[in-house]
Amino acid sequence: MPHLSRLASAAGPRRAVPWLAMTASLVLAACAAAPPPKPPVETAAPRPAAPPPKGLVPARDPYPSTYAAPVSGLVAIVHANIYTGTGEKILGGMVVFDAGKIVSVGPDGTPPAGAKVIDAKGRWVTPGLIDAHSHLGVFPAPAVTGQVDVNENIDPNTGYVWAEHSVWPQDAGFERARAGGVTSLLILPGSANLFGGRSVVLKNVPAVTVQAMKFPGAPYGLKMACGENPKGRYGARGRTPATRMGNVAGYRRGWIEAADYAKRWAAYDKKAAKGEGGEPPKRDLTLDTLAGALNGELLVQNHCYRADEMANLIDVSHEFGYHITAFHHAVEAYKIAPLLAREHICAAVWSGRWGFKMEAYDGIEENAALLAKAGVCVSLHSDDPNIIQRLNREAAVAQAAGRRAGIDIPDAVAIQWITLNSAKVMGVADRTGSLEPGKMADIVLWSADPLSIYAVADQVFIDGALQFDRAAPRRPSDFELGQNRGDLAQ
Amino acid sequence: MKPILSALAGLLAACALTAPALAGPATAFVHARLLTMGPAGEIADGAVVIRDGKIIAVGAGLKPPADAVVIDAKGAVITPGLFAANTVLGVREVNSVKGTDDAKSASSELGAAFDPQYGLNPDSTLVPVARLGGVTRAIVVPAPGGDGEGGGADEDGGSLFAGQALAIRLSGDLLYKPRLAVAMTFGEGGAGGSRGAEIGLLRARFEEVRLFKQNRAAYDRGELRDLKLSRADLEALIPVLEGREPLLVTVHRAADIRQVLAFAREQHLRVILNGAEEGWRVAGEIAAAKVAVILNATADLPRNFEIVGASLQNAAKLRAAGVEIAIVSPDPAHRVRELRYEAGSAVAQGLPYAAALEAITIAPARIFGLADQLGSLQPGRAADLVVWEGDPLEPRSLPTAIYIDGVAQPLRSRALDLRDRYETGDGAPR
Repeated sequence: MPHLSRLASAAGPRRAVPWLAMTASLVLAACAAAPPPKPPVETAAPRPAAPPPKGLVPARDPYPSTYAAPVSGLVAIVHANIYTGTGEKILGGMVVFDAGKIVSVGPDGTPPAGAKVIDAKGRWVTPGLIDAHSHLGVFPAPAVTGQVDVNENIDPNTGYVWAEHSVWPQDAGFERARAGGVTSLLILPGSANLFGGRSVVLKNVPAVTVQAMKFPGAPYGLKMACGENPKGRYGARGRTPATRMGNVAGYRRGWIEAADYAKRWAAYDKKAAKGEGGEPPKRDLTLDTLAGALNGELLVQNHCYRADEMANLIDVSHEFGYHITAFHHAVEAYKIAPLLAREHICAAVWSGRWGFKMEAYDGIEENAALLAKAGVCVSLHSDDPNIIQRLNREAAVAQAAGRRAGIDIPDAVAIQWITLNSAKVMGVADRTGSLEPGKMADIVLWSADPLSIYAVADQVFIDGALQFDRAAPRRPSDFELGQNRGDLAQ
Repeated sequence: MKPILSALAGLLAACALTAPALAGPATAFVHARLLTMGPAGEIADGAVVIRDGKIIAVGAGLKPPADAVVIDAKGAVITPGLFAANTVLGVREVNSVKGTDDAKSASSELGAAFDPQYGLNPDSTLVPVARLGGVTRAIVVPAPGGDGEGGGADEDGGSLFAGQALAIRLSGDLLYKPRLAVAMTFGEGGAGGSRGAEIGLLRARFEEVRLFKQNRAAYDRGELRDLKLSRADLEALIPVLEGREPLLVTVHRAADIRQVLAFAREQHLRVILNGAEEGWRVAGEIAAAKVAVILNATADLPRNFEIVGASLQNAAKLRAAGVEIAIVSPDPAHRVRELRYEAGSAVAQGLPYAAALEAITIAPARIFGLADQLGSLQPGRAADLVVWEGDPLEPRSLPTAIYIDGVAQPLRSRALDLRDRYETGDGAPR
C-alpha cells in the first residue's frame, strides 16, 4: 500500500517509496506548503501527462504545522534534582539547553560560558509532562452550547473527521495544563463511535490557530472505541451497533473496506509510477484514515475498558494486520498484562477513576503498577481538564498503590509514566519525553519533588522557550481576557 | 503478597484491637504524632485512649488505663477520621446504572421531604474504597431531582428542593444522622427557568410554609388556599423556615452568591454554600454573613458563564477572609478516597496546612452541627481515627489502621480483592 505514505506527516514513520519521487502528489504537497498555491511546476522527473485535480490524490501533509518556537538562548539549570524521564534520578545535577534543544544532562558542573543560569537548589526538574489522552480544545472551557466539538455523533464510523479541525486554541484548559507542567498532548475525538476520527499531537503553546500548536512531524492517530459508548449511542437509535458483537462487526466491516481501498490505490500507484496514469480511485476520507492505520502510519489509539474486549480487539488487529499502539483507559488491563506485554501494546490509564459505568467497575489503583511489573509500557493519562493539571499527583497515587501491593516502582519510573511513555504512545518519544541531548528542550522546573502533593511547576519551557512562569502574570485565553479571571487575575 | 494470610492477620489484629460493646477495655495509642484538630492542636508525641467507641483521653504524657491494650504507634501520625462533606456514598453504585442511583427524587411531590436515608446500601462497594482513603464519615447530599438538563426542577416549583442531606458513617448500616440540611441549587442548574423566577418561586414557597405553619387546622379541614408544595414538603421546610435546619445551596456565580445571602437575610434562613467557585470575589460578604462554604479546591476552569472566575486560590482566599470552608472530593462517589489529595492540592495553592486538614475533618463536622461528636480527637468524640505512615495529605502516605466508633476497619475493598486475584501477572486469575 505504498500510496499511503502520503498520509504520514513529514517526519512520521514511512516506508521506502520510490514512487513518491515521480508522482504529481509530491508536487501537490509542496504547493500546499507554500501559499498562495501555484499551478504544479514541471520537474525533471518523468510524470504522467495530466495530474489528477488537486485533492483527489491524498497529499502528504495537507494541514501542516506552522509552529515555530520562540527564539531561546543558552540556559543552564544548576543544583537541580532531576528525573530524566529515562528512569534515572540525579540529585544535584545540571541541565543545559540551547536553541530549543537539550545539550547535556548530568551531575552539577560548571555552566557553559554565556549561559543564563537558573539556580534550582532544592527544586526538581523533569521533562515536560505529556498527556496521551486529552480533549482540550475539542471539549473546551467554556463547554457551553456552541462550543463542544468532540464527538461527530452521527455515525459509528466517522473516520473522516480530524480532531484538529475542532480544536479551539482559546480553550482555557491549555493554560491550566501548562501551569501543571504539560508540554505536549494528544487530542482525540470522543469515544461515541467505533472509528472516531483522526487524533492530533499538539505542543501546549499559546496560539491563535491549531496549526501553530501542531507538533511538527508527529504521526497522526486513529481513535477507536470499544464497549458501552458506541453500542449505547447507536443501539438506542435503533442502529447497529447495539451490542459488543455489533461493535466488533463494525470494526471488521470498516477494515475490510479500508483494505480494499488500499488495494485499489496500490494498483493505481503502480500504474502511476510507470507513467501510465489513469483515473485515481475515488478518494474517501474515512478510508484514507483507516488505510493509514492498516499501513502503520497512523497510530491506533483504542479506547477500551474491559479485558475481554481488549483481547477481541487484539484478534481483530491480527485479522487485518495492524498494530494497536495503545489501549486507553484500559481499566481492566491488569487482567491481561502478559498479553499486552507480548503484543507490545501500551496502556494509557488513570490512577483513581473507576465505577462511573459498568465497564469501569473493576478499575483498581494498582493497574499501572501491575502492568509495569509485567513489562507493559504504562502511561498515566487524564481524559479530563482537571486531572491533566496534576498528572504528577496521578503518578504518586499509582506508585503508592503499587507499594501497597508489594511492587516497588522507583520514583524515576513513576515519572516515566507521565513523560517518556506517554510520548511513546503518541509516537514522539524520539523527540520529547526525556531529558537527553538533542531532544526538544521541554522542561519543567518544580518547586519540590513532583511526586509530592505540594509541588507546583515554577517554570515550564517548551522547545527552550519559557512558556509558563509562576512568578509572572498569567496569560488568560481570549475568552477570559477582560472578564473576571480567577487564577489569571494577578 | 499472600492475601489469605494477610486477611487472617488483619482479622486477628481487628479482634485484638476492638473494644467490646459495653464498658469494654480501653485501647491506647501511644507515641503518636497527633493532629487532633481540637483545642490540643498538634501533639508531637502523644497518646489517644478510646473505650466503648469513644475517645476518652488525648494528650502528651498520658498514662494509659491499667486495662488498656496499648499500641505503640512508633511516631506514626494519627488524625481524626476524614469527613467528606458532599457525597452520594451509599446511594449510588454505578452512575450509568439507573437502578443503583438513589440519590434523587423524580417526584415533584417530594422535594424538601425527600430523604435518601431509606435508600442507603450498606453493601455498596464504594464505601470500603472511600474508607481506604481514610474517610470515616460523609455527608450524603441528594442530587437535584427531575430529568431535565442540570437536574432542573419542574417550573411550578414542586421540586425546587432536592431533599435532605444526612450524615453517614463508613461502616455498618451507614446511617448516622439524617435531616441535617435541605439541599437546593440556585443559578444555571436551578429551577424556574431563570434566576429571577427561582427567587420568586422560593419566596412564594416559603410564604406557603409560613401559611401552613400558622394554619395547620385550616389546612387539614381543606379551608386553606391551594398550596403548590405537598404536605410532606411543607412539613420538611418548617425547620428551615425556623432556622433550625440550614438550606444547603449549590451556587456558583459571585452575583448569585449575593442573591442567596440576601434571600437568607430576608427570610431569616441559615444557609451553607456549596460550590461557590466565585466565592473568593465576595469573600468578605460571606464571612460577614457567617456562612460556611463547601468547595472543590481544584475547580479552576471557566466551564460555563457561572464560573468564569473559578480559581485554585478560592479556598485560600475564603479562608483568609475568615470563612469556614470544607473541601470535597473530586467526585461525590467513586473518587471520595481522593479527598485528602484535594486538601493537599489546596495547600500547594496557598491554603495553610492546618486549614486544609480542618477542611476535611472538623470543619464539615462544625458546618453540619456535629462537631461535638465528630471531626477531632477530643474526649467524648466518636473514636474515629486513622493511623498514617506519614503526612495524611500526601498520596504516598497510606493509612495503616482505620477505626470507626472504636472498631478497627478491615483495610480491604472489592478493588483489593480484584488486585489480589490478578497480582501474579501471569494472566491466570486466582
